[in-house]
Amino acid sequence: MKRVYMDHAATTYVDPRVVQEMLPYFTEHFGNASSLHFFGREAKEALEHSREIVAKALGASPDEIYFTSGGTESDNLAIKGVMYTNKIKNHIITSIIEHHAVLETCNYLQEQGFEVTYLPVDKQGFVSLNHLEDSVTEKTGLVTIMQANNEIGTIEPIKEIGKITKENGIYLHTDAVQSFGKIPTNVNDLNVDLLSISGHKIYGPKGVGVLYIREGVKIEPVQHGGGHERGMRSGTENVPGIVGLAKAVEIFQVEMEKESERLTDLRDKLIKGVLEIEDSWLNGHPTKRLPNNANFSFDRLEGESLILRLDAKGIAASTGSACSSGSKAPSHVLTAIGLTPEQANGSLRLTLGKRNTEEDVDFVLEVLPEIILDLRKLSAV
Amino acid sequence: MYSKRVMDHFANPRNVGKIENADGMGSVGNPADGDVVTIYVKIENNIIKDIKFKVKGCPAAIATGSMTTELAKGKTIEEGLNITQEDVARELGGLPTKKNECSNLGADALHAAIKDYLNKQR
Repeated sequence: MKRVYMDHAATTYVDPRVVQEMLPYFTEHFGNASSLHFFGREAKEALEHSREIVAKALGASPDEIYFTSGGTESDNLAIKGVMYTNKIKNHIITSIIEHHAVLETCNYLQEQGFEVTYLPVDKQGFVSLNHLEDSVTEKTGLVTIMQANNEIGTIEPIKEIGKITKENGIYLHTDAVQSFGKIPTNVNDLNVDLLSISGHKIYGPKGVGVLYIREGVKIEPVQHGGGHERGMRSGTENVPGIVGLAKAVEIFQVEMEKESERLTDLRDKLIKGVLEIEDSWLNGHPTKRLPNNANFSFDRLEGESLILRLDAKGIAASTGSACSSGSKAPSHVLTAIGLTPEQANGSLRLTLGKRNTEEDVDFVLEVLPEIILDLRKLSAV
Repeated sequence: MYSKRVMDHFANPRNVGKIENADGMGSVGNPADGDVVTIYVKIENNIIKDIKFKVKGCPAAIATGSMTTELAKGKTIEEGLNITQEDVARELGGLPTKKNECSNLGADALHAAIKDYLNKQR
């Protein structure tokens, strides 16, 4: 059976060139980067070379790159690390459409006595700059807003947000897990002080990520131990993972521009085709969205049923439906942009990737309308 | 994860549709934010002669609706009233815990349809 993977926002396959780069670091160059001997030095060299590659991609200095276990850890370290260090500035500003790694960290800090402002977003998922400015107080220590949303792909005005935070002497963190490798992510262009990255969204391995911390930012480590990563993140470095992440970065630096153009064309064809289905609409902004993201809602059906019917046809996608999320409520992002629970439950996210072709898009456009028609025939409403 | 039988009833739901001039009709669930199942019954000599259902919901809601109609077809109305959510789940080879709470609506819809019929008889 033909299988079409359109869930690249969930995770990507590992680029075979990345795998090749990683393999010797499991078997030959397996040393602990802290060891003094040859094996250790070899690992250390690979580690520092990887750091340089990532730094270059971000327009940062290698000293500002800290390897972590992934996006969630990077978000935790950025937010807790900054807030723990400052006893006076105990106020965080974030948005209600952040990834759970950010939201739950903020919720946790709120329980610990910190103040948190959760900014609303408009119907397309944009944070309002005015609203952000109005929320800033003398106590605000950190603003954390994602560069692009993982569900609806909306690209937030980080650069403009960065101007506000700069003027007010507030640190700005952005979760760039979905955007890194798809749109430009230069930390100076974006005016950010901290930025989170994950390996497995960029055709690199799982279990590895990066936190960029601008030089001079006051931050406390969250994980204590042997003082790895200049004391910021203890734990023996995942050298194969880090080498893999860096290789993935090296690859997209060459390929990103062309690939993002290709994906945008495929995305727009997909959107145009799907919107021909009766009672369907696009969630998010038509163009200010990630090149690979399309998110729809359909009346009179439920997302988990849609996903499993697509799965039976060989198409892998995802939904913001409550049924699929393991919680009682549908996606917090879709409800934040004004969808009713019913509309959010009828949502479908298709996220394209490097291996998707126009043929794949045509296949989805052929299969999807039939499935929707069939589920609606069943429908009791 | 769903059982094979759930996936079978999800992929090929039995007795889908609406009975025109049904003797009883029952609908349960919350259209605003959850699953909805509607069951139609045709009753002759105390027997559920025909039964059809419609559903908007997750795979568990579709499968439980479908299985309910299979269990009820040909049964007396007393037997129909005794079909429980647990019976439906068991016949399907079990349901994920959460799905038993929000999506096992077939038996309730069946009971509502039979009661609708009984009310009309009065």
